[in-house]
Amino acid sequence: MIAQIVMATGFTLILIGLYGALSNRNLLRMIVSFTLAEAGVHMVLVAVGYITGRTAPILDQAVPADEAATLIIDPLPQALVLTAIVIGVGITALMLAYAYKLFEKKRSLDIGSFTELKW
Amino acid sequence: MIKRLIVLLLMLVLGTIFWQLLSAYQPDTELNLTGRYYADHTADDLGAANVVTAIIVTYRGLDTLGEVTVLFLSAAIVGLVLASGRQGEKQRQQLTPVGELLTIGMRLLVPLFMLLGVYIFVNGHLTPGGGFQGGAVIASGVLLTLLVDPVKHFSHRLIAIIESLSGFFYVSLGAMGLLLAGGFLDNRILPLGELGHLFSAGAIPLIYSLIGLKVGAEFSSMLIDFSETEAP
Repeated sequence: MIAQIVMATGFTLILIGLYGALSNRNLLRMIVSFTLAEAGVHMVLVAVGYITGRTAPILDQAVPADEAATLIIDPLPQALVLTAIVIGVGITALMLAYAYKLFEKKRSLDIGSFTELKW
Repeated sequence: MIKRLIVLLLMLVLGTIFWQLLSAYQPDTELNLTGRYYADHTADDLGAANVVTAIIVTYRGLDTLGEVTVLFLSAAIVGLVLASGRQGEKQRQQLTPVGELLTIGMRLLVPLFMLLGVYIFVNGHLTPGGGFQGGAVIASGVLLTLLVDPVKHFSHRLIAIIESLSGFFYVSLGAMGLLLAGGFLDNRILPLGELGHLFSAGAIPLIYSLIGLKVGAEFSSMLIDFSETEAP
């Protein structure tokens, strides 16, 4: 049940983030929306690897190595999400730097004032 | 108005897709084949207590090398994009003082942050932590310093040296795996030790510490680049 709740929260966050990114006109708000959607994707991915009643994939006295396969949750989604979080930080930093550059050029963060690529 | 309608329609479609996915989702009761392999073989093959760390640093080490490269590239591009907005001399007078609390708190907390960051990445193969998390904690120490004194001068040279040296040694350790063990980034170039001890899991603690230093340097350089940029 927990997996479904986390997954539903993640999907909701993705929807909120995408809606925010599509409906806001301000660049900074769009960036915040993208990070929200990103958090949602991470939650969904982690929830996929969850198995009810099992523990974190770390071996110790409670999780001996030879019984690990019946006691731990799937470690692979967690590794993937760690990668995704780090890449997400890099992307957010890039978006912020470009937003600064755009503001420097047009003195505005409104997406409507950037008409060069408009058709 | 029509745009808003299209957006709402798109959200509706996506929401339906997500709802279908969610209602049809059957959680696993057993590990899948890949997960089972990692759970069964990590302790014997690599000697790492944290399976996630074993996957990140060794089983999928090449991915992590790529990930660190992407992070390096984005830090470099942020530096490049913001470089023209940077000014050497800044007026210190215009800044309002940050207050006693933040200043004293910074002096107390920054060394502790650095210590915690190092602890997290040195113990990455035993506890839920590792190079990326430790590097982020170290960078948060730098961020606190920048909050107290936004015009504080950090040595870009030192950060670049830390970053390039740790990257160089990371790749060198990986190449040593080619020569001495089973393949690129194999951790068995050092003795595996006893499961659950600090000096165990071969080269994993070394590699993860190097990743931690590199990630800390990259995050710090991004933060410093943003802080050094003048308001346009």
